[in-house]
Amino acid sequence: MPFLELEKLTKSFGGHNAVDGLTLGVEKGEFVALLGPSGCGKTTTLQMIAGFVEPTSGAIRLGGKDLLAMKPAKRGLGIVFQSYALFPHMTVAENVGFGLEMQGVTAAERRTRVAETLELVGLGTFASRFPRQMSGGQQQRVALARALVIRPQVLLLDEPLSNLDAKLREGMQIELRQIQRTVGTTTILVTHDQAEAMALSDRIVVMNQGKAEQIGPPHEAYERPATAFVANFLGKTNLVDGASVRPERISFAAAGLAGTVRTRIFQGNHWLYQVDTASGLVTVIRQNTGEAMPGEGDAVHLLWEGRA
Amino acid sequence: MSRNGPLALAYHTLFVAFMLAPILVVCWVAFTPEGFLSFPTDRWSLRWFEAIARYPEFISAFWRSLWLGAISSAIAVAISVPAALAIGRYRFRGREALTALFMSPLMIPHLVLGIAFLRFFTQIGLGGTFAGLVLSHIVVVLPFALRLTLASAVGLDRSIEHAAVSLGASESVVLRRITLPLVLPGLVSGWALAFINSFDELTMTVFIAAPGTETLPVRMFLYIQDNIDPLVTSVSACVIAVTVVALVILDRAFGLERMLVGRSASHGR
Amino acid sequence: MKAAPYLLCLPALVLFAGVVIVPLGMTVLLSFHDWGQYKGIEPVFILKNWQEVLGDSYFHEMFARTFRIAFFVTLLAAVFGAPEAYILNRMRSPWRGLFLLVILGPLLISVVARTLGWALLFGGNSGLVNKALMGMGLISAPLPFMFTETGIVVALAHVLMPYMVLAVWASLQRLDPQVENAAVALGAGPFTVLRRIVLPQVMPGILSGAVIVFALAASAFATPAIIGGRRLKVASTLAYDEFLNTLNWPLGAAVAVLLLAALIAIIWGTNRLVERRYAQVFA
Repeated sequence: MPFLELEKLTKSFGGHNAVDGLTLGVEKGEFVALLGPSGCGKTTTLQMIAGFVEPTSGAIRLGGKDLLAMKPAKRGLGIVFQSYALFPHMTVAENVGFGLEMQGVTAAERRTRVAETLELVGLGTFASRFPRQMSGGQQQRVALARALVIRPQVLLLDEPLSNLDAKLREGMQIELRQIQRTVGTTTILVTHDQAEAMALSDRIVVMNQGKAEQIGPPHEAYERPATAFVANFLGKTNLVDGASVRPERISFAAAGLAGTVRTRIFQGNHWLYQVDTASGLVTVIRQNTGEAMPGEGDAVHLLWEGRA
Repeated sequence: MSRNGPLALAYHTLFVAFMLAPILVVCWVAFTPEGFLSFPTDRWSLRWFEAIARYPEFISAFWRSLWLGAISSAIAVAISVPAALAIGRYRFRGREALTALFMSPLMIPHLVLGIAFLRFFTQIGLGGTFAGLVLSHIVVVLPFALRLTLASAVGLDRSIEHAAVSLGASESVVLRRITLPLVLPGLVSGWALAFINSFDELTMTVFIAAPGTETLPVRMFLYIQDNIDPLVTSVSACVIAVTVVALVILDRAFGLERMLVGRSASHGR
Repeated sequence: MKAAPYLLCLPALVLFAGVVIVPLGMTVLLSFHDWGQYKGIEPVFILKNWQEVLGDSYFHEMFARTFRIAFFVTLLAAVFGAPEAYILNRMRSPWRGLFLLVILGPLLISVVARTLGWALLFGGNSGLVNKALMGMGLISAPLPFMFTETGIVVALAHVLMPYMVLAVWASLQRLDPQVENAAVALGAGPFTVLRRIVLPQVMPGILSGAVIVFALAASAFATPAIIGGRRLKVASTLAYDEFLNTLNWPLGAAVAVLLLAALIAIIWGTNRLVERRYAQVFA
């Protein structure tokens, strides 16, 4: 039996199903990402697990116990909010210690555990700062520490990296993954960023209009998308003669589908091509290996595995 | 952004002079050593400030205004907080109508309110009483208190309270430890703005204050109606001084623009 | 859960129902009661007061004066306040805050004290305003300001000016400064930018400031009472006299209710106009 179970979870707002019969099992220690465009129901799902939104029907069980029967304050979940939701009038140490205080942990033990957790997220020396004196990335770590210090059964991450700039986000992804591995907490991540979902999670749930379109390991979902929506959402794809082909799987060859290069864009580590063919416009991505590549207007032949 | 040209700055100087002239003139005349209205040039004296002490009706009116402002503003804030939480955070039937009702004392002329209160209080036996003054002042300062408490209630990120709940805080703990501390600046500035408006209110109060319950503006107005002499300028100078000090403190603490425009300045992360 | 917002609003609602709606209703009723020198107020339903207020030329003249004063005060505030708000908005950091405080601050200073200042400035032939105007060679003989409409208009424009600056300032804050730069980049001169780009965008601010200033000017009491004296009556000072000197409360109530009704009609009409005309700007 999975550790966290969502069973036929449904939430309707005025006749419209924001979440529509979602069933999902999450194993202990697993990192699962709910991935989809805005309005797909991923955030509503998270809020139902957290207890801020009541499901219309369905069940949520944690370790075999009915989670819906418990008040939000008693669920023992760690949540990192998109806005971080740090308490602006408390220091970093007070923010992190708040959950322990609510559990009635003694002041002495609180101090040790707060210090440990701040150390874990690399903020050992920031205990007496106030949130507004810190950068976005640092605030993000405080939010993570505050959620982790109570040793939650499940960690819920709501678009945790969306307020960071691209460079910082990549660094935080690696760090987040390491921290999750270290503490081993079952984690659910909500995101609209397919790269982030694939980088961090053991399994992804691609959601569309309240339903799960595909549940599986990132690599599998990318290679064998169950639906056209999944194929498109997880990355660029070509639909050639009814078959879905990833642009990086197509190579230039001496023979194959004939076409003419319409545009060529240099993107550092790769080239992005748009090629006019008899089967329509085909996108091709080629690694930049330093070799000479076809230019705009050149006649080319496209080849990929499985092409008849 | 382009800068102001010399013409614009000249205009600005004249405008500021226009805004300050009557206020400065009052303070200037207050220092006259003469027994009549005059602009002191070579000599000045504090005799008219000392003279205030010999007019107990000004002193008692001052204290009455102070208490009236403090009490009615405190009650107005206490009533505003729950209303602001309801209006700021729930979508319910009649929400707009209730907001308009609570803000209506800003748009209903104080003259009309004064007449209405005079009639009402006389009928129910509160005519000319301090309790009547307090009730009427709560009503006219409530929009100011509500506007600022509403701004801070709306500006409050709901997920901060959700975060506290997820960490195990009960509803009362969230209210005491999170919500109230975060809306406190709004409450204090709401109280202060309400106080200043109560302290200065004349048009409504002049109808409902009786000889024993005159506020300072009423006392000053009735005095000016009889005659204008240096005494009333020194009283006015004191009122201006107190207001300016309060203004500077409020501006430093909360930002005057934010208080008057009624929007919370967003502090970027 | 559904009842929570109503419970939270309950204290304020009870207060307003008991201490605003009921008294206002009583005032409207009062305006239909009869009054006599010796019998006092008689709780009957007659139209006498309304016929007097609506029919008597004395009241016509008084209401015309009230709205004339309010109109010119609004005009002065818009013509002088709007440019000042614009200049203020273009100032740099320490000056901007300082002058905003200087210009908006008087809003919170006692109206009686500010009007007293104008009484001193106008005061008789030796008034400072006349001395200054004659010194500049603008006039040859002292102008009468005390006990005149001109005096009331100038003093009221000063008292209410901050509201106009505030309204225009608020609408300027919503303006994207890049839009002005875009117009300049397209070859517009400073005057064209002001007329074609800035003015249309702050017009809603000017109009909402005008509504506030007009409403407050038409119902102002302290300034017309002190500057206008006992002879030059406006609606509010007349109502005050009826209530506290003549003691004809029903007549005073009719004057006040008529003023309130006229103001509501004007405010409502202007708001409708603003909404129709400037819906695109607000959206």
